[in-house]
Amino acid sequence: MGASSLRKKITVNTIIHLILILLAVICLFPIVLVFINSFKENSEIVRNPLSLPDILHLENYIQAWTTGKFAKGFLNSIKLTGCTVIIVLFCSTLAGYVLSGKRIKGSGAILMYFMVAMTVPIQLFLFPLYYAYAKMNLIGNIPATSVILAATYMPLAIFLMRTFFLNVPKELEEAARIDGANTRQVIWSVMRPVVSPGMITVAILIGLQSWNEYLITSTFLQGEKNFTATLGFLSMSGSYGSNMSILMASAMILIGPIIIFFLLTQKHFIDGMVSGAVKG
Amino acid sequence: MSKKKKINWNYLLIAPALLISVCVILVPGIMTVVYSFTDWNGLSPDINFIGLQNYQELFHDNIFFTAIKNNFIWAIMFLTIPVFLGMLSAMLLLSRKKTRSIYQVAFLIPYVLAPSVNAMLWLNIMFSPVVGVVAFLRNTFGWDISSPLANMKTAIYACAGVDIWHYWSYLTVIYLAALRQVPTDQVEAARVEGCNGWQLFRYVYLPNIMPTIKLMFIMITIGSFLSFDYVKLLTGGGPAHSTEVLGTYAYSFAFGSMKVGKAAAVGMFISIFGLIASIIYARMTQKESME
Repeated sequence: MGASSLRKKITVNTIIHLILILLAVICLFPIVLVFINSFKENSEIVRNPLSLPDILHLENYIQAWTTGKFAKGFLNSIKLTGCTVIIVLFCSTLAGYVLSGKRIKGSGAILMYFMVAMTVPIQLFLFPLYYAYAKMNLIGNIPATSVILAATYMPLAIFLMRTFFLNVPKELEEAARIDGANTRQVIWSVMRPVVSPGMITVAILIGLQSWNEYLITSTFLQGEKNFTATLGFLSMSGSYGSNMSILMASAMILIGPIIIFFLLTQKHFIDGMVSGAVKG
Repeated sequence: MSKKKKINWNYLLIAPALLISVCVILVPGIMTVVYSFTDWNGLSPDINFIGLQNYQELFHDNIFFTAIKNNFIWAIMFLTIPVFLGMLSAMLLLSRKKTRSIYQVAFLIPYVLAPSVNAMLWLNIMFSPVVGVVAFLRNTFGWDISSPLANMKTAIYACAGVDIWHYWSYLTVIYLAALRQVPTDQVEAARVEGCNGWQLFRYVYLPNIMPTIKLMFIMITIGSFLSFDYVKLLTGGGPAHSTEVLGTYAYSFAFGSMKVGKAAAVGMFISIFGLIASIIYARMTQKESME
């Protein structure tokens, strides 16, 4: 390879990296800014939001934790996410198994139904549901709200689980059936170990979505004691909006755990995103 | 024993998923269709059928048309900017085998954060005319700028911009995964033939990932008519309803002015736009499978 073509290659590589770095900076700049400002005093932020902190005001975090009522908020978020994930995993695994073959009549129609349900806007079912919940005194009830979240995420989870079941070799189930296993044994002892990586992917994807959800949770989880961490943060930013250092520290309290969780689970997460959209 | 075997347990296994979906989505969905022909306010027990009046009123409602226009602006912006950025970054990442995952993770961080957190950090640290970057630029350089969210002309673009900032890397991941499935022998053959980078993209990669691009195209279109979170959180539909989208407009009818019937009618429009996109997609895939 000649010197000029080598130089050209280096130039091309540099340009590629510059574009990619620019994109990464655009993505991360506001978040880094929040991080920096979460250690500053309010007056410091007002003077210059781009400056580095003189001293680290860690007390911002302590104050944010109490004013945002994050102890209760995180507990509620965990409850809501936990209930949603359990419901979705249980229902979508069983449904995914049934729909992965011609096991019942009308499976085509059911698949079509879930396909439509996946693209239905929340506003198509939200209002009657809200007033029905109000009548049953379920507004502010976390497990009841998780049922709604579960229903909205169910179609995607079913399609993912169905794909995972379709990838299980048919011989595996046939062999177990010949050995006299019933459906329960086939699902629990034969299928579950094979599809459990898929179940983890679904759990991570659905878990993160329900943790971040806004429209349904803000509508159904009224009353401060039922607020999730994000709802508590929102209500705090409404009433303490002028104190930027507390606001920035509370934002970091929400951002930090999600980034750590994402870094730990990124492989599953990206797999889940992709298997919903790209045929493998 | 032999009698038991005849029961098809599979019906029981699919029951929980169907039951939840029918109770939460199908039945309330049908009720919404019915309510859209009534004057129900959500509370009073008497519900009167008023025919098409809700729809007629919407057709004489300027805000309703603003909302539709904003949804179209949203769709056009989402079908261009993130698609371009996603495709560009996916093509660039395709050749970066070592650094690929680092970039991908950095791009995805806004995507995994909650909309409420993203909206709050843009609202305060970026757009705020008192403490944000906007204020800093004005005070330091004397630029004549204020929050783009406060201006009726720019607010919708600012809202969509924040949502795009949050969303575009999703497309990077999807496109990259599709690009990586393009058979390497085709790529090699094109290289041997002397294709340059653009030709390689145009004649080898693009046709191969066309199904994914089309699917994303439909998903983005449907999603654009569902947009809600960022508008609600950043502007609440204001200033003076200039950023209202169908999602927020329906919501304000249902919980602001207690016109559930009208909210249902707006909800029907959101569904119809989504349905049209779905039908076009179904047609497209059908045609392809016949070819």
